[in-house]
Amino acid sequence: MRHLLSTEDLSRSNAIRILDTAEEMAAVGEREVKKLPTLRGRTVVNLFFEDSTRTRISFEAAAKRLSADVINFAAKGSSVSKGESLKDTAQTLSAMGADAVVIRHWASGAPHRLAATDWIDAAVINAGDGTHEHPTQALLDAFTMRRHWSRLAGTPSAGADLSGMRVAIAGDVLHSRVARSNVWLLRTLGAEVTLVAPPTLLPIGVDKWPCSVSYDLDETLARGVDAMMMLRVQGERMNASFFPTTREYSRRWGFDDTRLRALDSLGLKDTIIMHPGPMNRGLEISSAAADSPRSTVLAQVRNGVSIRMAALYLLLSGDTREPAHQANSTHSTPAGHTSALVTKESH
Amino acid sequence: MASQQQDAGTGAYLIRGAAILGGAPEDLLIRDGIIAERGQNLPADGATVIEAAGLVALPGMVDIHTHLREPGREDAETVETGTRAAALGGYTAVHAMANSTPVADTAGVVEQVLTLGRTAGWVDVRPVGAVTVGLAGEQLAELGAMADSRARVRVFSDDGICVHDPVLMRRALEYVKAFDGVVAQHAQEPRLTAGAQMNEGEVSAVLGLTGWPAVAEESIIARDVLLAQHVGSRLHVCHVSTAGSVEIIRWAKSRGVNVTAEVTPHHLWLTDELARSYDPVYKVNPPLRTDADVQALRAALADGTIDVVGTDHAPHPSEHKECEWAQAAMGMTGLETALSVVQHTMIETGLMGWADFARVTSTAPAAIGRLEDQGRPLDAGEPANVTLVDPAARWTVDPSKMATMGRNSPFAGRELPGKVVATFFKGHPTVLDGKLNTPYRWLPENTELPGAAAAGRN
Repeated sequence: MRHLLSTEDLSRSNAIRILDTAEEMAAVGEREVKKLPTLRGRTVVNLFFEDSTRTRISFEAAAKRLSADVINFAAKGSSVSKGESLKDTAQTLSAMGADAVVIRHWASGAPHRLAATDWIDAAVINAGDGTHEHPTQALLDAFTMRRHWSRLAGTPSAGADLSGMRVAIAGDVLHSRVARSNVWLLRTLGAEVTLVAPPTLLPIGVDKWPCSVSYDLDETLARGVDAMMMLRVQGERMNASFFPTTREYSRRWGFDDTRLRALDSLGLKDTIIMHPGPMNRGLEISSAAADSPRSTVLAQVRNGVSIRMAALYLLLSGDTREPAHQANSTHSTPAGHTSALVTKESH
Repeated sequence: MASQQQDAGTGAYLIRGAAILGGAPEDLLIRDGIIAERGQNLPADGATVIEAAGLVALPGMVDIHTHLREPGREDAETVETGTRAAALGGYTAVHAMANSTPVADTAGVVEQVLTLGRTAGWVDVRPVGAVTVGLAGEQLAELGAMADSRARVRVFSDDGICVHDPVLMRRALEYVKAFDGVVAQHAQEPRLTAGAQMNEGEVSAVLGLTGWPAVAEESIIARDVLLAQHVGSRLHVCHVSTAGSVEIIRWAKSRGVNVTAEVTPHHLWLTDELARSYDPVYKVNPPLRTDADVQALRAALADGTIDVVGTDHAPHPSEHKECEWAQAAMGMTGLETALSVVQHTMIETGLMGWADFARVTSTAPAAIGRLEDQGRPLDAGEPANVTLVDPAARWTVDPSKMATMGRNSPFAGRELPGKVVATFFKGHPTVLDGKLNTPYRWLPENTELPGAAAAGRN
């Protein structure tokens, strides 16, 4: 792995390697001193062309726990807003000796451009590009699901995938980089994915994706779901006629209190409710659902730091080989101890 | 295979043994701007001899769709550089699209472009007039003034922008009947393509790029062929890109609608799969479509549903391509690769021969533009606009070595067949030995070489 650009081209072995490494990173987070010397002297630049405090501080915390130097470069109010091109920005960061660039960009494919051109010779991590992908979000979602799934099975998470898990993703799939990254990664990890959305918020061509598609959230729940992921829906989509009103959207595709109760009546006692945040309470998710014991919203945030530590560690530690098939049992661990698994997880 | 010159200084050229339109080898004697003789074993008579065994002789190519960028965007292309590229690509005439700055929407601007073209002297530059003032789609430009100007404009287009107002399109189609003009439509329903970045389909779904649906092109073409029929006028559809558009045009032609259609070389070959690289060199409008569309376009060009190949040559400065896909300009260069790409996609696939090539790259576009001395047969007495091609040559595309200022060729690095060996424009070799020679020198205002003038179409 040289860059982390998408989950579409992420192999199963690399995905599991990231998840397993993140387990070890999570163990660091449990210690009194939450810091490793691994990336001392390395420079990580958070290059954000789009506001996202949550993602930025998650990457910042991850890099700092690995002792890297962190530079935050927000495009707003910088030379970028004065017309400097991506190319010039990249070359500037390269001249300053950036070892890794974490890029968030409103334009789909911008991280690919950084990785494919000779503008900068640094590891590139996609922190969300346009409506394309958000691979670390999908990885932290998969990490959260894997812990849940392994706990139910009574087996360790390390090395495991999500075979047999039924995941439903509901909301604005058309404009969602989270949905795309999750569909590819969950397929790779063996989960069964159903997308639920109004037909207007599904891309033309979705029928070729490795998942099922439904327009009916209740029917999807009735068929059985182990993880229910709600996507953020922007109310402004109403103005472009993607749906008539936010109320109608909420009634048909929102995870409201009625559907929360339905999980119980359907006997789905272990189903978790996920949301990448930030939530529109009362639109795609009700407060009762967001705050219920089923909700993994805060666990997702916590796991995000572990996943991002794992990604930075694997890209910058110099070990860019493809892992062998049961690599998790042999490779030395960044935390200096083997497979210290932390399985307790709130939900 | 290379041509051999013995400069005898008479200005006459004897092309010896070229396959005329790919047929049997014959000689062509070019003198005083015309093809003086065609036949076997013609005497040199002091003419410079070009040994053309193995070469194909074609009527000089005519591009119905070129962006020369001047006036206004001389950082992208000038008439001088663009027409050098045209000559090297085998062209003897190009239609310069109206989306310059200022827009070519007055007699003054089209005459300026005409003059720039004549000063350059590499090809016949035929200005296209804008349909609406400033390409704004609100008010008809002075079409009649442009038609009556020295530029004698016959092709009108807001290319780059669709004349989407149905009433305005109807009026434009009606109005150009007064001077035998044609409206060349950029078929793109604007509301269906707001923010569009690439073909809407499986690939755009994965890449998260806003889709440009085929229906946005097809619905405008359907409307326009019906309007053209209703008012009895002449419609040309620019850069047809979808299989559905082909079906509509085929239907319209079967009903007798006076419609012609164009396809670009890149739409005959490349598909939206290339967008997976996010490299904006593949960003173009209309966008690259699917392989099913490519196959339908090839079949339509072969069976005559699509009449012409137009390059839509669209040079851009590199900073407009070295950026994020969504930020990048749309367009590709094409003048110096068109012949090779058409040979690769249409001739080497067995879909067409060189006579068909001459039809779609010269005869038909000249007829659409009402260019009287272009697209003529290679016969005695005809104007000597001739392109000599070596179909066996192979070359690798290197945009940095092109005459166009644009480096945005989607064919960079590809090996292509076919090379232009010589281009004769009004009897003068603008290209010899595959290299630029010297430009044709126009006589003072409004006079032409006597031979060329005599060769006008009836």
